[in-house]
Amino acid sequence: MYEKFKQSWLSNLKGDTLAGIVVALALIPEAIAFSIIAGVDPKVGLYASFAICVIVAFTGGRSGMISAATGAMALLMITLVKEHGLEYLLAATLLTGMLQIAAGYLKLAELMRFVSRSVVTGFVNALAILIFMAQLPELTDVTWHVYAMTIAGLAIIYGFPYVPVVGKAIPSPLVCIVVLTAVYLLTGMDIRSVGDMGELPDSLPIFLWPDVPLNVETLMIILPYSLMLTVVGLLESMMTATIIDDLTDTKSDKNRECKGQGIANIGAGLIGGMAGCAMIGQSVINIKSGGRRRTSTLIAGIGLLLMVVFLADWVSQIPMAALVAVMIMVSIGTFSWESIRDLKKHPMSTNIVMVTTVIVTVGTHNLAIGVFVGVLLAAMFFANKVGNIMYIGSKEIEPGKEREYEVVGQVFFASSERFIDAFDFKESIDKVTINLSRAHFWDITAVQALDRVVIKFRREGTEVEMAGLSEASATVVDRYAVHNDPEAVEKLMGGH
Amino acid sequence: MTDQVLAAIDGSQFSEGVCDYAAWASLAMDAPLTFVHVVDNHSGVPEEQNLSGNLRFGARERLMKELSELDEQRAKVNREHGKLMLEAAKERAIEDGVSDPVIRQRNGTLVESLLELEKEMRLLVVGKRGEIAHQATGHLGSNLERVVRELHRPILMVPKTFKRPEKILMAFDGSKTARKGVEMLARSPLFAGTECHVLIVGAETAERRSELEWALSTLREAGHQAEGAIRAGEVDEALQAYEKEHSIDLLVMGAYGHSRIRHLLVGSTTTAMLRGSKVPVLILR
Repeated sequence: MYEKFKQSWLSNLKGDTLAGIVVALALIPEAIAFSIIAGVDPKVGLYASFAICVIVAFTGGRSGMISAATGAMALLMITLVKEHGLEYLLAATLLTGMLQIAAGYLKLAELMRFVSRSVVTGFVNALAILIFMAQLPELTDVTWHVYAMTIAGLAIIYGFPYVPVVGKAIPSPLVCIVVLTAVYLLTGMDIRSVGDMGELPDSLPIFLWPDVPLNVETLMIILPYSLMLTVVGLLESMMTATIIDDLTDTKSDKNRECKGQGIANIGAGLIGGMAGCAMIGQSVINIKSGGRRRTSTLIAGIGLLLMVVFLADWVSQIPMAALVAVMIMVSIGTFSWESIRDLKKHPMSTNIVMVTTVIVTVGTHNLAIGVFVGVLLAAMFFANKVGNIMYIGSKEIEPGKEREYEVVGQVFFASSERFIDAFDFKESIDKVTINLSRAHFWDITAVQALDRVVIKFRREGTEVEMAGLSEASATVVDRYAVHNDPEAVEKLMGGH
Repeated sequence: MTDQVLAAIDGSQFSEGVCDYAAWASLAMDAPLTFVHVVDNHSGVPEEQNLSGNLRFGARERLMKELSELDEQRAKVNREHGKLMLEAAKERAIEDGVSDPVIRQRNGTLVESLLELEKEMRLLVVGKRGEIAHQATGHLGSNLERVVRELHRPILMVPKTFKRPEKILMAFDGSKTARKGVEMLARSPLFAGTECHVLIVGAETAERRSELEWALSTLREAGHQAEGAIRAGEVDEALQAYEKEHSIDLLVMGAYGHSRIRHLLVGSTTTAMLRGSKVPVLILR
């Protein structure tokens, strides 16, 4: 037990500590920015980020991944906060946590295999675009000072790492915030600061139960939001976990991560925080900074809270332009630029899935809907592709009397019409033989199509004989677990 | 193949001991000898930390490339390094008289790889400390404890230098497992012709005396010269004291409990013994 503890907490202490601090620093502007998106005080996002980060460090299934208040989740809360207020958001957060724990026990993480790569890319790109769009209100109807500050901020973020020695030792977003805050305070220019956006935490969080009536009406208000939050939270967490798995070449426990996210959200809700999930950008920063183990996540959470509580006066003086610069960086880092380059290489169907996911998400501001449409589209393209793998040939055995049709390939809902059309019912003939031994009937639609073919021939007075029907229809049955039995696969799919 | 002597090799100073003891066991048991080196390529983080904390265009793809290149380089070096060590081990084993030692290399963590190879092994020989842990003297290699706990085969843990075991000490507590252990010891070709000592730690009682007599007679029947004692005190201290007095060169003991609770109660003695003992320790299952 101690060994396990040591492995998952202490085996990379130096890297984890430094990375945790870097992440904590980067989490502060994000948590504030996402609170503003959701329409709540910055402290709601900051408390949430603290709670989620610290709890997931213990309960999560992917070490080195950073979870906190996120943009994807914040976007889903806007109307709830606007129409019903913060207390309902906290209640929805608690419910989200419970639903996520349930999802973990039901092993719903396994459903992730239906989410194709192009949907994931679309999700990530849409997320980046949404984070960027969320910054636009800060950049419209403002004086030139804000633009100048934002551009200066971006220049520091991307330029500072090239400074020798200190460039790679001090997080450049931090430098950006410190410098811009100093400029703001020294010049006294009239631009908005974090303090103008709402209340900041001035104390350690306290336990509080959401002040909502516990009745069905409340449930009906929060349930739709909680469901969306659950889905988006788990989707982003699972996708981020996969990204970290790839980066570090290690495995994660996705179902444990679901439960861990749930527990973390319950914790966040109980100290007045909003629901959150794993963050792609922050997790990448963590890995890049050398964080690998649970310790990095824990330090990030605790560091965040300490800095915010003790530096609250200073945090409130940060100009919004500095936050905007940091968030533009996050959105740039999150966007998958390779996906644009790969548009030319990838097949059109893949591109359509990716782009549609992005468009639907950006249009609805809801990642769950975007992913749903993307998955559906991908499944349809797949069905269409497989449906094309069907060929029906025929030869006359005796001219004017007997003909044999041979069906090769996959017959199911997507190909059944083509299946029927391939038979020539107008031919005046005594007998047809339909050889199905190299065909696969995948569903009831296919079986019914075959019935219709037989009936149509009979109505023309043609006798129908079928060969190989039992082999062909073996695939109709659900749950033929053959994936790990080469002989069974050969039997089922033989002849192709 | 369930009858191999498997020796886990790493770059630490214990490897020579591992080689010699493995060769000795392989010869005595007339079992084929396999040397295994496990390359763990994913335990590390870049040496030079980048704390710039920013995300630029294509940050993820770039990081992926960086990390996989780093792993690749490290893996190549590790593999080469491992191959050299395996070759050296093989040569040494041949010098020791083993006819045809096999060498194998696996990717992954030590525990994972050994568990995969469990079916093929009859005895595992490992050094007391791993490569990374060798600075902390007296501390058990970080991997070893897990290997001992999770593997269901006899494990021989050896020190740096080889000394042909002539005098064996068996830690005996009268339990069913321990009795089996005595029978195994008596039969084992590994210890043919050695002098066997049996030590029970605890207060002197008639029951313990009869248990000791049973153990000694079992060993004598198998042709060993046997003697034993019952000592009061802490298990690890008593064993170590006895070990010194009689210049024992190999200690045999029962395993860690496999359940966690049992591990907390029983396993601590095993761990303490493994840390304190200067002679090879054979852990029976």
